[in-house]
Amino acid sequence: MSTSAEPVRAAEAGHWGKDIRSDLHVALEPRDRGGLEIALESRVDLYYGDSIRAQARQVLDALGVKHARVNIHDEGALPFVISARLETAAKRAGLVSDQKALPDAVPLPRPSAKDRLRRSRLYLPGTEPKYSINAGLHGPDAIILDLEDSVHHAEKDAARILVRNTLRAVDFGACERMVRINQLPLGLQDLVEIIPESPDLILIPKVEYAEQLAEVDRMISELKVRYQINRPIWLMPILESALGIENAAAIAASSSNVAALTIGLEDYTADLGVAKTPEGRESLYARSKLVHAAKAVDVQAIDSVFGDVGDMDGLRRWGENSRAMGFEGMGCIHPSQIRVIHEAFAPTQTEIDKALKVVAAFDEAQQKGLGVVSLGSKMIDPPVVNRAQKLVARARQMGKA
Amino acid sequence: MPERIELAQNAAGRMVPSMVNGKPQIPYIGVGKYQPRGRKQAPPVRSSKDYPENGDKRVSDLETALRNCGLRDGMTISNHHHLRDGDKVALMALEASARIGVKDLLWFPSASFPSQKSAIDLMEKGVIHHIEGSMNGPLGDYCTQGKMRGMGVLRSHGGRWQAIQDGEVHVDVAVIAAPTADFFGNADGSHGKSACGSLGFALADSMYADHVIVVTDNLVPFPCIPWQIQGNNVDYVVEVESIGDPAKIVSGTTQITRSPDRLRIAEFVASFLREAGIMKNGFSFQAGAGGIALAFVQYLKAMMKEDGVKARFVRGGSTKFLVELLNEGLTDYILDGQTFDLAGVQSIGSDPRHVSTSPFTSYNYHGKGNFASMVDAVVLGATEVDVNFNGNVVTHSDGRLLHGIGGWQNCLASGCTILAVPSFRDRIPVIVDEVTTLTGPGELIDVIVTERGIAINPRRQDLIDATKGSKLPIRPLQDIKAEVERICGGKPARPKLTDNPVAVVKWVDGTVLDTVWQIS
Repeated sequence: MSTSAEPVRAAEAGHWGKDIRSDLHVALEPRDRGGLEIALESRVDLYYGDSIRAQARQVLDALGVKHARVNIHDEGALPFVISARLETAAKRAGLVSDQKALPDAVPLPRPSAKDRLRRSRLYLPGTEPKYSINAGLHGPDAIILDLEDSVHHAEKDAARILVRNTLRAVDFGACERMVRINQLPLGLQDLVEIIPESPDLILIPKVEYAEQLAEVDRMISELKVRYQINRPIWLMPILESALGIENAAAIAASSSNVAALTIGLEDYTADLGVAKTPEGRESLYARSKLVHAAKAVDVQAIDSVFGDVGDMDGLRRWGENSRAMGFEGMGCIHPSQIRVIHEAFAPTQTEIDKALKVVAAFDEAQQKGLGVVSLGSKMIDPPVVNRAQKLVARARQMGKA
Repeated sequence: MPERIELAQNAAGRMVPSMVNGKPQIPYIGVGKYQPRGRKQAPPVRSSKDYPENGDKRVSDLETALRNCGLRDGMTISNHHHLRDGDKVALMALEASARIGVKDLLWFPSASFPSQKSAIDLMEKGVIHHIEGSMNGPLGDYCTQGKMRGMGVLRSHGGRWQAIQDGEVHVDVAVIAAPTADFFGNADGSHGKSACGSLGFALADSMYADHVIVVTDNLVPFPCIPWQIQGNNVDYVVEVESIGDPAKIVSGTTQITRSPDRLRIAEFVASFLREAGIMKNGFSFQAGAGGIALAFVQYLKAMMKEDGVKARFVRGGSTKFLVELLNEGLTDYILDGQTFDLAGVQSIGSDPRHVSTSPFTSYNYHGKGNFASMVDAVVLGATEVDVNFNGNVVTHSDGRLLHGIGGWQNCLASGCTILAVPSFRDRIPVIVDEVTTLTGPGELIDVIVTERGIAINPRRQDLIDATKGSKLPIRPLQDIKAEVERICGGKPARPKLTDNPVAVVKWVDGTVLDTVWQIS
């Protein structure tokens, strides 16, 4: 019954233990006969024991696993996690190649606009289901299901399946649904698993050449055709080296699907051999250059993360400075950072009031057919009008004007 | 074999035993319906002639004190939980009782704690017949597995006072742990190496018990000032090396939750009070020491500062967060029922605006009013709530005893009762069709706040109107429930319980609100 070239073997997936929440551990032992034998220990056995056993049987049937002994230690995992861990174990056992056991899908959110607000993007480790379940409630502009640095290399396959199921089964509300794939070429395998679930944006780490982006873009296009996906999937390359920064303009211009450029400061400072500081002086050039490259092709410039979750004042300073440099948002690693970031990237009331006046003056001049816009005794140049219009539009998106 | 117990259906539709531990019971008949007309109990008249003129009531040890009190088989011995999980005195008293050969005691603690699990051995040996008081952890399991000889009786803090005062429980010997006392028996909780704050839980016992023993590890020369427990009610004083483990009596620091979901709940609660107009000058609130409640206080504090609002009083369990409100001029008083951390203990011992209260002043329903109904808003937890806003705080959904009632039932009398709960825990939905054990009637529960939204009891049209047009995520409770059931993959199965009652939940008036059944 094996569909894989490799021999079948006992395999495990997932996690269990006193401190584990919302996950489960599956140990699967393939057999030649005897059907499916499922043993379950669960902290929610009284309430969902029968449901978990029925689901396990259903998932293994769907995957074509006919004979196996399956031991499940469940720590209150939700159904989409249970499916993912069972599928991972079956694939690791060499019993399954291409079949998927997809959980019930929540309706897809509206497609995301290229220039939508991206002030905050909340990183969620791809192998930790407990963080993603309620992530959307905290109101970041985006969530990122991470397949890269937060996932141990031995867990890449498990994370890919779990992230796929998460995209499909978890309601993230109004958040843009982003996925950070692995560095190429591994990242291309990630795409095969996740693109069918229509993520809104793909972050590509450690990009150094425009060609890398083109490769990802091509792959996504093919997969979109194959799975009949008719909504945009944007790209956000992460520049994390001196070379990447030097090629920023070419990378930004490499595809019309690039919606934003961002920077990874841990790797960038390591590449330069300098210390990363809370003030960020060492990355000033790189970040300025990235902003320029982005603005040159009218895409967003998005800053890195601020790593000290306890330092809200530091975060606010970083965010305000970032905005002053031309960035439109940054990453966050804890929900408590979201509000501070949104405040830091919001225009001040004085800025909004001034911009509103400029826009009003422009509208009035247009109505009167005047070529020159003036506010009081001052003449307003077209770029000032343009900036004011952008600021007002953004402030409206943030619900501030 | 347990004897056949007759059950009656009460006004909440729950089946409850008509006899508990040989005493006839009145099934719950509704909120505010049961009003007994008898007289309060009183301890026997004593004469000063029988007590030392020099005031020195010390005896060498607890065994002597218990013997002198005439402790016999089948009597009721009481203890109190102001030392919380650090208490050593309750077990000391029970073990001393065992040593003098007494059997079949009714142990009547104001609450029991996990560190007292060796009470199980004393039940096995026949020293304790059964426990009337909160049980959780191993003691809770012992009870819900049907191993206890008598039936457990769970009462609120106010209900315990009511039961003593009304004569439902006659305390033969009260053993009171005192962080500071003098030889006359005056005692106080806010000083000494085992300082814990208020001794309010022991006050009723000191007034109504036939005999009262004070046990202290900090004997001071007469007078012990202040004297929350009056020596005039005390028979004997026993000095011991240590009444408890200070590290477990109060926590050094109280931790606010870091869970983003719980912080979100806490912020919703604070915003609700602000939007509903409850947070205004001269208002009052109560919040406990749970992670959500502490975070709520911090959010509310920021809002009070922003809006320039000051409270007249706040009710503890006090913690450093309430003490900060007091010190920053955001409240005139703390009326404190128990004291959870070092900052609270220091404050109650030094600041006259931080006042000890007792279940009598705060909670007793059979009195001429109590403070609970004068509090504008209270924030409580629950293990389950149901679609009729009924709350369960004593058992988990599997029927096992999990918490005591504490002041929870009494607090439901406040102007706005808010249950702050996550919508599910470990896949188990918190909002259910029917609570496993009814602890609080839904007509008294006004608002349920979860991380997924806020549900207002339809009975509170005033709150619905007051928050209309706010940005708060106000939703029908059924909506939140349906969403959680979708996330969790359907409704949870209902655990099967036996038809053997192992404990009852009393309502604040002494009637029987619900039954805890033996688990299968």
